[in-house]
Amino acid sequence: MNWFKIPRKQVALYLMMLLPVLVVFIYSYLPMFGVVMAFQRFEPSQGFFDSKWIGLDNFKRLMHIPDVKQVVMNTLFIASMKIVIETVAAIVVAILLNEIVSKVFKRTVQTIIYFPYFLSWVILGGIIRDMLSREGLINLMLTKLGFDPIIFLSKASWFPYLLVGTETWQITGFGTIVFLAAITTIDPTQYEAATIDGANRFKQIWHITLPGMKSTIVLMVTLSLGYILNAGFEQVLMLYSPLVYKTGDVIDTWVYRMGLQQAQYSLASAIGLFRSVVSLILITASYYIARKVSDHRIF
Amino acid sequence: MVDRSLGRKIFSGLNGLLFILFSLSCVIPMIHVLAISLSSSASVTAGEVTLFPVNFSLKSYEYILQNSEFWTAMGISLERVLLGVAISMLLTTLAAYPLSKSKAAFKHQPVFAWYLVMTMLFSGGLIPSFMIVKYTHLLDSIWALVIPSAISVFNVLLLSNFFRNVPKEIEESAFMDGAGHFKTLFSLYLPLSLPIVATLIVFSAVGHWNSWFDGLIYMNSQDKYPLQSYLQTILLESNTKVMTKEYAALLSKVSDRTIKAAQVFIASIPILLVYPFMQKYFISGMMIGAVKE
Repeated sequence: MNWFKIPRKQVALYLMMLLPVLVVFIYSYLPMFGVVMAFQRFEPSQGFFDSKWIGLDNFKRLMHIPDVKQVVMNTLFIASMKIVIETVAAIVVAILLNEIVSKVFKRTVQTIIYFPYFLSWVILGGIIRDMLSREGLINLMLTKLGFDPIIFLSKASWFPYLLVGTETWQITGFGTIVFLAAITTIDPTQYEAATIDGANRFKQIWHITLPGMKSTIVLMVTLSLGYILNAGFEQVLMLYSPLVYKTGDVIDTWVYRMGLQQAQYSLASAIGLFRSVVSLILITASYYIARKVSDHRIF
Repeated sequence: MVDRSLGRKIFSGLNGLLFILFSLSCVIPMIHVLAISLSSSASVTAGEVTLFPVNFSLKSYEYILQNSEFWTAMGISLERVLLGVAISMLLTTLAAYPLSKSKAAFKHQPVFAWYLVMTMLFSGGLIPSFMIVKYTHLLDSIWALVIPSAISVFNVLLLSNFFRNVPKEIEESAFMDGAGHFKTLFSLYLPLSLPIVATLIVFSAVGHWNSWFDGLIYMNSQDKYPLQSYLQTILLESNTKVMTKEYAALLSKVSDRTIKAAQVFIASIPILLVYPFMQKYFISGMMIGAVKE
């Protein structure tokens, strides 16, 4: 019973794993080891082995940069608002979609509202920037109605809500698929029984549909916990500007600017490491809870 | 059991109205962009364009046709989609098959499974990942866009769950006929899993077409950007800077806004084209991921 011994008949299976394991090792595992640069004064020319070790200095420096606290708070605020609003929106829209009687209308609506999910944030950002600009469609209508034009994307106090609003608009349609699937598993005889008992449609939704979706809702909310430090990097990068850094700059965009544009590699990877560790804890916890609560297994 | 009460009718009406508005909010932006791209710059500047082109003009598209940068980027994007989908499907399939085996049939199955799942839990982050791509000399090459992201563990697990449901008898009879694992995988499992494989191919293609951040950081010069990365830099610039003599005449008739709109529209055409075809697959794809049997 040697643990390392490979059964002769299974050699082909190990050969198959070879290439995937190699690619994952180089591009997923080596970066994990690469986080050591957060404890170094990293120089690309010297690499991970020869750069000078400076212990926790990068983290200490981070504490003294006022932006950092702001950036973390922005990330938490935007991401948690997104999780709550997007989940609620998907559940509500799924229930309302289920109430549409006409099959053709329902299918048409689904086809249309799923679509924005498949457009990249470059395209969506391009469209949104144009529509919200001073000469854009929205301001065109505002001025026709007698209001002053609003430079939406320059208003720091509005920016987080614009992010939440536009992303909710983009993904709610597609997000309903999971919940619609949950609704179809509900036994239709329950509704018939409720109708005979005189329960109206709202009561039926409240007492049958929602409880029937409970396990899916719990599962989706649990799994979304892992995204609490993920405010939607590509969306923010497309829509923000220095004018809204105060409320709209998030960890990922800060890491990008600091690390890759200003070459502060170690400082940026230190906050990147902080983000990765918090995500690790939350994702592991959420998988564990999901497994306990609804027997959901990722593999 | 159709409820025909007044309250029900009012609810249905409002509900229908709500979805009409939601659908319009998804359609109007696209139509508006198209209308801008097809209007003369003067009408756009005057704020006359909403849903239909005003003073119809193809000048913006003419301008783009002459813009070699745009087409270079388009070519890189197409190359990336083909290469990326091929590599990613090959690696995903190769990993999914062994992982679908039981511990008895594949001794170290749990080890490999955990090896892959670990990467879903923890990542080195942007900067270390960038450094590894740099040290493996992929910067400035198309391989940087297709290799580091080749394996989506989620897709591997999805496909391996699907493989697990292929009846054992089929595999056993293949082994009886003397087929090895490689032959069994490619001539039996893959054809039997066509629906999920098609789903993964389509999603992977769309993913590659849509990616732009990796192009932005891994390519040092703009002439190596895929279309979406190129577009990103163009869209964030306040004014289109290319001003050679040939374009000067055209530029008086088009504006920054009409050109941007036309580029945004062209970049979304591939998605618009595959979308009807995708629909057949993405519901089944999502279901497999969402509802575990």
